[in-house]
Amino acid sequence: MSARSSVSLQDRILDKFTSSDALVSVVVVILGFLVGTILVAVVGRDPGGMYSAITQVLTGWDLRRGVWNARYIGEWLVVSMPLILCGLSMAFAARTGLFNIGAEGQYIVGLTAAQFVALYGPPIPVLHWVLAVLAALLAGAVWGGIVGILKAKYSVSEVVATIMLNYVAFFSSRFLTMLIPGANTYRTPNFPTTALLDSPFLQGLTNGSRLNDGLWLTLLSVLFFWVVIGRTRLGFSLRATGLNKEAARYAGINVNSGITTAMAISGAFAALAGAIVALGAFTYGRVLGGQDGYGFNGIAVALVGNSTAWGTALSGLLFGMLTSAQPLMQSRQIPKEITSIIMGLVVVFISLRGGVRMLLEWRMKELARKGRVSE
Amino acid sequence: MSGFFKTILDMLPSVLMIVSPILIAAVGGMISEKSGVVNIALEGLMGIGAFAAAATHVLLESQTGLSIPIALLIATVAGMAFALIHAFASITLRADQVVSGTGINLLSLGITVFLCQIIFHQERTEPFRLGMLPGWGGIYPTAWIALVVLILAWYFLYKRPVGLRLRACGEHPQAAASAGINVVKIRYMAVLISGALAGLAGASLVLTQTIQYTVYTINGAGFIALAAVSFGRWLPKGILGSSMLFGTSVALAIYMVNIPSLRVLPSEFFSVMPYIITLVTLVIFSGKDYAPRAAGQPFDKGRS
Repeated sequence: MSARSSVSLQDRILDKFTSSDALVSVVVVILGFLVGTILVAVVGRDPGGMYSAITQVLTGWDLRRGVWNARYIGEWLVVSMPLILCGLSMAFAARTGLFNIGAEGQYIVGLTAAQFVALYGPPIPVLHWVLAVLAALLAGAVWGGIVGILKAKYSVSEVVATIMLNYVAFFSSRFLTMLIPGANTYRTPNFPTTALLDSPFLQGLTNGSRLNDGLWLTLLSVLFFWVVIGRTRLGFSLRATGLNKEAARYAGINVNSGITTAMAISGAFAALAGAIVALGAFTYGRVLGGQDGYGFNGIAVALVGNSTAWGTALSGLLFGMLTSAQPLMQSRQIPKEITSIIMGLVVVFISLRGGVRMLLEWRMKELARKGRVSE
Repeated sequence: MSGFFKTILDMLPSVLMIVSPILIAAVGGMISEKSGVVNIALEGLMGIGAFAAAATHVLLESQTGLSIPIALLIATVAGMAFALIHAFASITLRADQVVSGTGINLLSLGITVFLCQIIFHQERTEPFRLGMLPGWGGIYPTAWIALVVLILAWYFLYKRPVGLRLRACGEHPQAAASAGINVVKIRYMAVLISGALAGLAGASLVLTQTIQYTVYTINGAGFIALAAVSFGRWLPKGILGSSMLFGTSVALAIYMVNIPSLRVLPSEFFSVMPYIITLVTLVIFSGKDYAPRAAGQPFDKGRS
């Protein structure tokens, strides 16, 4: 202990930094905002506008006019839901040691399946949207499961496979959706109202925002993730696989089926995001013109959330806040892309994290050489 | 049927126009992966290059006749500068190569449109009056640039000592290091070259296929290049073949309306081809490992 106490405060801070994942996330996010703020100032715009836009999203208060409108809070949650779910998708795979860059494709598959059931399913209240959501979950599980099988059976890298499947999903979705009678190059006819996730209660609470019952599904998903990963046999064997595949195999865990299961569940999370966007935020089927980007941003969400259930939920809310502040920033003469820059920076900083650990190791070695640490 | 072949032949310059940026970026991706660093940031780096080239060309077009070469140069340097982030994170700090690549892809979308808003006060660059002009036979100079890049890459990778060293770093970096090769330096060089080529590829794309940079300019071309590297089995001639195939497929998706016998198929059919072909070949050849053995792994001197 005496050697420990001679280690300087600075080293202890660094030590703390590398041992706590949550702290790293907080620091990384602050750094991202800091660089973003500087960038806004450098190009001669007022960074204050950025923060007043964020305040408006978080609290509903428009500081410039002194008006309160709960709709902003609702819209913030609407954007956060798919981000949280795509984050969970990435996180679930990450806990099994897989890099699921395919949430975008799984999201598209889910969205497309939900749209089809919304248009062709039985228009019975509740049952209709339940079927649509189930179809999405199934489609996403299959789409993710394919990656798992390719990885487990043919050792195809899940990174390459998911990138390819993202585009397969995108173009197939366009093609299939345009086949629907009455569809043009950007939309289908309206869904029957029984397919929608609309919630008059939540809308009333948030002054007519698009907030919908997807909120409960998202909450359930976070709980599901937390229970399955932390408190079930399946979760334990998946985590063991993620930590050390060979050791898990030796311990009698079926690694190959684990990989497929993990990818299927991971795909279902992203597909649920697609279903919630399709049935909650739109009243008609979309022929996708570009990728919505929830899947790719989900990667950042999971990285910041350290692939834990609640961490991912929190960072999903954070990125949802940035995304839904975009139009408000634009109206304050701040290029809305600053939010994508902050997200990108956060991911880059996370990858630089190893640097801090190396700095720490180097300092420890230096100290040891000077004979101040006995070891 | 002869009409069909005539249309295909007429399409050749367009096909080469689409193939060239894919090939240039794929060569960069191959060099990087051969040294042991996976570069999934190709897409983002192409975006940086395309933006840099479009912006430079618009601003200089009316002032100098050399605006296009300058634009190509600046795009190359910009691509290299952003690749430095990837190199620093994945080589010096031994970060996960996929994470830092993803970070650059996210960053690229934000930063290019952000700068458009600052410089041009809109979400895209101003359109330029005149892009690159096709030369002999309607073929754009970018096709020749791509060919030169490919031949140079082949020559240096397989005919010069530096290429042998680079490939050793991607197969067994610890063995390479014990033979006196500076793995870190070689990998830096490879990643920077891939960044430069991705930047050049983005510039080639924007200056031949469109008149301005928007967020949709690259639209997956970088990921197609990444697929071309895998499908081309990390070999120069393989990459030439896969880029030609994928480029043709992209071109068919665009120009199929002119070919009556193909009009029965949806354009999405051709758009989706490169990705499906890559997946299927990865499965078929899954038994044999063509990928550089150490690709994706950070170099740690202490590991055996």
